Formats: sequence, C-alpha cells, structure tokens
Amino acid sequence: MRSDFFKGIIHGIPIALGYLSVSFGFGITAVRAGLSVAAAVGISASNLTSAGQAAGVEIIAAGGTLLEMALTQLIINLRYSLMGLSLSQKLDRSFTTPHRLLASFGITDEIFAVAAAQPGRIKPLYMYGLILISFIGWTGGTLLGAAAGQALPQMFTSAMGILLYGMFIAIIIPPSRKSRSIFGAVVAAALISLLFKYVLTGVSVGFAIIISASIAAALMALIAPIDDEEEEET
Amino acid sequence: MSIAIYIAVMAGVTYLIRMLPLTLFKSKIKSKFLRSFLKYIPYTVLSAMTFPAIFYSTGNVITAAAGTIAALVTAFFGLPLIVVALAAAGTALLAGLFI
Repeated sequence: MRSDFFKGIIHGIPIALGYLSVSFGFGITAVRAGLSVAAAVGISASNLTSAGQAAGVEIIAAGGTLLEMALTQLIINLRYSLMGLSLSQKLDRSFTTPHRLLASFGITDEIFAVAAAQPGRIKPLYMYGLILISFIGWTGGTLLGAAAGQALPQMFTSAMGILLYGMFIAIIIPPSRKSRSIFGAVVAAALISLLFKYVLTGVSVGFAIIISASIAAALMALIAPIDDEEEEET
Repeated sequence: MSIAIYIAVMAGVTYLIRMLPLTLFKSKIKSKFLRSFLKYIPYTVLSAMTFPAIFYSTGNVITAAAGTIAALVTAFFGLPLIVVALAAAGTALLAGLFI
C-alpha cells in the first residue's frame, strides 16, 4: 500500500532533520581531514552511519591499511547485526529476500529505533519511506557541511557534536519512563560502558559498546523477560 | 591509496553487517530469553553509545554536561527527536558563551 510508504516518510522526517544537522558536522570534519566534497558525500551515501564514517575518515586521513579499515567498521558497526537480528523478528510476511537485501542497507540506530517502536509487523514500503527520507537528510547535510561548513565559527561546529547523542537520548528516555525494565536496561548499559571508559581502558570503543549492550540486555532478559502479545498479526 | 578503494571497503563491510542477519533469520526465534534479549538491545546499544561519549562530544565537558541535562529534561517530557537534539546543541552553545 502506498500509504505505508508515506507513513514511513512522515515518521522519518524527525530523523532526517536530525541527520541533516549531524551530517553537516561530518561534512565539515571530512573536508578538514583533506577529503574532497565528492568523497565526503560518497561516504555518506554508501555508508549511512555516523560513528563508522567518522572513524573511517580518520583512517583515510592517517593513511591506514584496508585491513584496519575493515576491522574498525566491523567493530563499530557490529551493533547493526544485533539490530538486524532484532528487526528480523518483526518483519511482515511480505518482506521477501529481495526486500530484505535492499532494506538492510538502511538499518541505522535511529531508523531501527523508530521501526522497532512500531506496533505490529513492519512492511517493506514503510521501511523504504523511513530510509529514503533519512538518506536524503544524511547525504544532503554532508553536502552542505562539506561545501559551506568552513564558513561557520568554531563554537557552532563544536556544539553540533552533541546533536547525535541528543537524538539517542530522545529515543531511550520516553520508553524508560513507561517501563521499569527498559529503564533498568538503559542504566545497566550506561554503567558498564562507564566501567570500560574509566577502568577497563584497554578495550576499544566498538567492543566496549557491544559488550556493554549485550551484558545489560542479557541481564534484563533473565530478570524481566518480555512477553510478546503481538505474535501473529497480519 | 585511492580514496575510492577505502570507501568501497567501508561501505562493503558495513552493508554485510547489516544484510546478513536480516536476510538469514526468517523464522521466529523460539527462545523466550533470546527474544527478550533482542527487544532490550536497541535501548542498551544506544545507552552504551551515549554514555559517557556525550560528555566529550563538544570538546568541553562543562558545555557537554549542560547539553546533556537539556537533552534529558526535554526527552523526559517526550518532546520530538529534533527538539531534544537542538535543545542539547543550543544549550551547549550557550554554555560555551559563559565559560
């Protein structure tokens, strides 16, 4: 149904606006690191991810090896595997293999969070709407930042660094108010993550995120398993 | 080395990570523990990514902390994604003017 596509677009507008400003910052960073405007936009259009791209630009700027690049992307973006696995349990029957191959390109933290919060099963057109508008925001913002960002004063570009995390907070806080077990999971993950940052400092950032998130989710799955009522909706 | 090769490796690895689990898992996972685990994962991943990284996101811990508080308060009242994000950045910017 066409309306699924438009519903996806509408739900994706806040993501796209957030991306527009966050990727503006990425565009600035990439050009400062010595990349061309076209390379910066090319990275955003083919990767559609924040942390991985930022690390990738650092590696390119430092003249790192391709193995280092591949491993870094693997570690930083491995969370998308968990998200894909989680999402695979929520897809509608119309989500055939070709649709899965296409839609998986668009799994990001925010798109996943919005899709996962939908009641019922997810249809392909809904995902495409969500992904398309977010993609436009992400690559468009990169283009603007790369082409025009240098003109902005430093204090603006510094403050923009927090935008992405502000979005994350906006996604995790409202469900934490409604559910004590989600609140518990969020707090546990943050505490373990702090432990990695300040005590177990030998672990790289990508691994620290995966381990923290997995321990916290496993802990809460043991203490407070979630019963799913929306088993066989059509 | 050509930048195009770097970008191809970045994009290829990132796509495979996303594509394989979503495409290979078609049946419903039986284990209640695993299903619960997968429902908690989005929240724990975002939380672990945000804390403590958010405090270093502006290059100054004080402006970042101010922005974090603004984000927590606006998110607590259920304001839209973009409002929360802009409140965080705006507050960090304002805080930067005073220190």
